[in-house]
Amino acid sequence: MVLSLSKDTIQVVREQDVVLLRNRIKEVAVKIKMGLVNQTRLITAASELLRNMLRYGNGGHCVVEIVSSGRNNGVRLTFTDKGPGIPDIALAMKDGYSTGKSLGLGLPGTKRLVNEFDIKSKVGEGTTVTIIKWANG
Amino acid sequence: MDRIPILRMGNFLLVTIQVDLYDRLALTLEADLVQMVKKTSAKGVLIDISAVTIVDSFMGRIIGNIASMSKILDSETVVVGMQPAVAITLIELGLPLKGVHTALDVERGMNLLKSMIDDFDDEDIEEDPDGSLAE
Repeated sequence: MVLSLSKDTIQVVREQDVVLLRNRIKEVAVKIKMGLVNQTRLITAASELLRNMLRYGNGGHCVVEIVSSGRNNGVRLTFTDKGPGIPDIALAMKDGYSTGKSLGLGLPGTKRLVNEFDIKSKVGEGTTVTIIKWANG
Repeated sequence: MDRIPILRMGNFLLVTIQVDLYDRLALTLEADLVQMVKKTSAKGVLIDISAVTIVDSFMGRIIGNIASMSKILDSETVVVGMQPAVAITLIELGLPLKGVHTALDVERGMNLLKSMIDDFDDEDIEEDPDGSLAE
């Protein structure tokens, strides 16, 4: 059972918003005493997902939450865009696959950096990615 | 627009990234740096990322690009001062930054650059009289 302790929504439409959101995530991570390496993993993962959102989804919003499960505290980030959606999620999760000109590390790399990763996408409607990083996970 | 300053020091170009990069800033740096290598005929580029807390796949790629581009303009690139957390994240992300020379701090980076360039100069002197080709 994962409980949400605080919730905060940030719109991301321009590239500069990325820096703002990173700082916000950093604040939240420090608040729950997440270690530096996990902070870096979380913010890097967020950075990847934000780029996807800006590049493929024309921006969107991110919900930043502090969550708790048992004795564990963590940060949950939910990225939602109203972009074209991903037709084949299994393919998009493969290392080295990209429809853009990138390295194709974004989604699979992000999954490796966080504790929980969930992606839902509907063609023509948009994509939602949810990640959780536990403070000591 | 924001820009990251590029300093010239003899044969080398010095770049200290003091802010967290976002995509356009990184792209501007890439373009500026390659131009500067050409303009100053620099033999080496030293990039200090000790103040950078986040390197994601895009910025990793830019760093790799800068190294490859400088290389074909006859200049070596050394990245120095990477934070341990950044190194951990880069590897887990799947970006080992192959082909990029690294050093722990600016001093070691400078020495590495000097040794790489000296080696190259020595080769020139030694190999030429024989007429043999370097590998």
